[in-house]
Amino acid sequence: MDVEHLLRRAGFGASTDDLATFSRLSDTDAISRLVDYTSIPDDVDSKIGQPGYLGTTSNGPFSPDSVITDARQRWIFRMVHSNRPLQEKMTLFWHNYFATAYSKVSGVAKDSATSVMNGQIEFLRSNALGTLRDLLLGIAKNPAMLIWLDGDTNTKAQPQENFGRELMELFSRGVGYYTENDVYAAARVFTGWNLDKSLNFVYNANAHETAAKTFSFPIYPDGSSTIPSRAAAAGMQDGIDLINALSMHQETATRVVTKLYAFFASETVTPDPAFIADLAATYLRNGSAIKPVVEQILTSPQFHDPSIVFTRYSWPAEFVARAIKETGWSGFSAGTTLTPLIGMGQELYEPPNVAGWVLGPGWFSTGTMLARMNFASTLASNQKFKLASAAAPARSSPQALASFMTTRLTADFSSTSDLAAYAASGGPWTGSDAQLQAKAAGLAHLILGSPEYQFV
Amino acid sequence: MITRRTFFKNGVAAFAVTLAAPRFLSDLARAQGATSRNLVVLDLSGGNDGLSMLVPYTDNYYYSRRPTLAVPASTVLQIGTDTSGKALGLHPKLTGLKDIFNQGRLALIQRVGYANSSRSHFYGTDIWSTANPANSAESGWVGRYLSMLASPNPLVAWNTTGDTPHALQAPSVSVASIPSVSGYAFNSPNSGSEAQLERTAAANIASHVPVDQPHIAFVGTTARAALGTLDDVASVATYRPTVTYPNNGFGQALQAIAGAMVKNLGTRVFWVQTGGFDTHASQGTTNDAGPYVKLMATLNDGLSAFYADVKNNGLLNDTLLLSFSEFGRRITENGSKGTDHGAASVMLAMGGGVHGGIFGTAASLNPDPSNPTLENSGGDVHYETDFRAVYARVIDNWFGGDSTAVLGGNFRTGPAFV
Repeated sequence: MDVEHLLRRAGFGASTDDLATFSRLSDTDAISRLVDYTSIPDDVDSKIGQPGYLGTTSNGPFSPDSVITDARQRWIFRMVHSNRPLQEKMTLFWHNYFATAYSKVSGVAKDSATSVMNGQIEFLRSNALGTLRDLLLGIAKNPAMLIWLDGDTNTKAQPQENFGRELMELFSRGVGYYTENDVYAAARVFTGWNLDKSLNFVYNANAHETAAKTFSFPIYPDGSSTIPSRAAAAGMQDGIDLINALSMHQETATRVVTKLYAFFASETVTPDPAFIADLAATYLRNGSAIKPVVEQILTSPQFHDPSIVFTRYSWPAEFVARAIKETGWSGFSAGTTLTPLIGMGQELYEPPNVAGWVLGPGWFSTGTMLARMNFASTLASNQKFKLASAAAPARSSPQALASFMTTRLTADFSSTSDLAAYAASGGPWTGSDAQLQAKAAGLAHLILGSPEYQFV
Repeated sequence: MITRRTFFKNGVAAFAVTLAAPRFLSDLARAQGATSRNLVVLDLSGGNDGLSMLVPYTDNYYYSRRPTLAVPASTVLQIGTDTSGKALGLHPKLTGLKDIFNQGRLALIQRVGYANSSRSHFYGTDIWSTANPANSAESGWVGRYLSMLASPNPLVAWNTTGDTPHALQAPSVSVASIPSVSGYAFNSPNSGSEAQLERTAAANIASHVPVDQPHIAFVGTTARAALGTLDDVASVATYRPTVTYPNNGFGQALQAIAGAMVKNLGTRVFWVQTGGFDTHASQGTTNDAGPYVKLMATLNDGLSAFYADVKNNGLLNDTLLLSFSEFGRRITENGSKGTDHGAASVMLAMGGGVHGGIFGTAASLNPDPSNPTLENSGGDVHYETDFRAVYARVIDNWFGGDSTAVLGGNFRTGPAFV
């Protein structure tokens, strides 16, 4: 099994230490270690500020619970150093799936916006491989989401359609599988799901619309598509009934497992319909649980087919975390990633809209590619001396140095002749410290900024 | 979105077999003297509430259906009546646009949309991008026009956002995405000649386009286009505008566009976006702190500066700005003092070649379900002008192109705003 492939897809790549850990494990144990992460201590945050780890940069004390830029740095730190890489990876997946942006939340939550946003991220993190049913129910009551899609103002007087629409379009069934009347009905279902003055979820019975709500799809196991009229005090059950139904619909199952297939296996190879059907069956058989679906993907022949290795367009956060893990981080700060990530098109806690980021080739434009190349330059420059001393055994020739660097920084290069030619250019090879520093940093810059390296 | 990804895949696949574009269309455009003309597409993302932008201030239903959101008649900027005799006024923040309207260089096209309008942001944006309500996943309409030009200029399309907009995407069309002119640079961990060697090597690496690996070819082509446009884009950083632009993202993007025009880089289409129009709650159309008031101020101040700057540079007659939004908003305000997703809305066209005025007729806002100017049981504004007819006018009359080839049909029925 290609452990590095596994760690690029189910994590954020492999540092030297990660490789040592995983290469000792059998294939089954390697996948189990990733998927059954609850058996591994969740202690990554305790390493922040410790020597030997990626640094952080703050004005004053590092305050990830109240300062948004510190919260972003903490997440990058977790991606680089967590011993539960799949948990961080799935949290990122859900952050895109339930895309909620700090900028709008801060308009309502003001000074507590970072903590409100963290509440959502931590919720997603604790349910990263849970059931979609629990994720939907939690997100429907999540303060950041209630602000983001205006649920906090959804009342029976004039229902608010924003959450109801996106619940069906983006969070479950998908476009084309609901009607405008379903939107109105879903809006009425969630009337009264509001926030109190402290921005905690509250069910306001007197704001709930008690009339029956009829959908174009079944809500109950008997096929009935009408949520019955209920007393206002019991009306919260409407939303639970709707979410229970949506999470177990075939359309939802197919949509979610297809997204997971694209995320872990391939976004360029159209999935075999039979495999998608299998995954959807797994999802439904397990009450909308995500964990068995991910496990089935990671153990499938499709996932281990060599033709899909290095074919997924990396998300900017993946690119940054992997570049750091492979290049080195001593003396580097997570804070140095924040502005470049904006340029690459992925500011964490700030997806562009409720549909999340445009994935795949959508990550790449001339401007975002330059931002990736320039981050490569910044990291290579910062790690210049460390790279040169690590590369000292390869100082015998420019070819040896290029070969050393392409082993350390992995990508699907069909030819490394351009890299070797660069290493040999600009004057005679002496292997001096100064030359090694210039060329090792130059090669790191070129490799990390190459088209090939942008794939995981 | 799945749909967009599907297109991208097709685009990447098609890339490997570079399409030869017909030459006659660009010849036609040249013959008509259209080579120096450019188009600025303005995306008002989120779904613009046309009824707050162009206010039917004598329609009593406007006030009864929007008890807290209606813009008072006493404050609108009156601009006359449409051909149906309905009096209309601009939002009070649009003072600069009213001046341009008075100069005859601003067209307001009412009730633009399409049948069975999508209320989804993403599906709706895709439809406005493909110009095909039946296919949200194909190439973009602007991209298709540009592919027919077969321009070798890597700056033929200049996008001021980070993502390549769907409307600009087409096989063999290069789009430069330049969210910041000053950030559009090649940095290096080394300096001097060593940095130059790196840049040469980066260009060599990006120039290998493996035909059997279309994904790497796509990113390599993007990297090569980035390296190939660095110097031209850097020249725009030295542009000194003739007016002061607002210090916000929209204003700065418009300044970069004017700079690129003045530096004469051969760009034909610019793309600019300003967002925040998804006003479901606390829309704030009247008080100065209100979100919609701020949206209108941002729009007005940016466009006024741009218009003046382009005019001062003698480029107004070569410039056409066209705005769109993925949908309009519901007529009746919701319980959150906002408006939900609706249907048809208003488009703006601004420039030296624009025949200014009010085009199309306003809807009657009478909620009677049989009101033919509304749809969705009287809930939303029904379209009168197909959005493709507006695009056709731009392609044919502004660019001297062939709208039937770009749009896949004859939509030459649009209002004569250009």
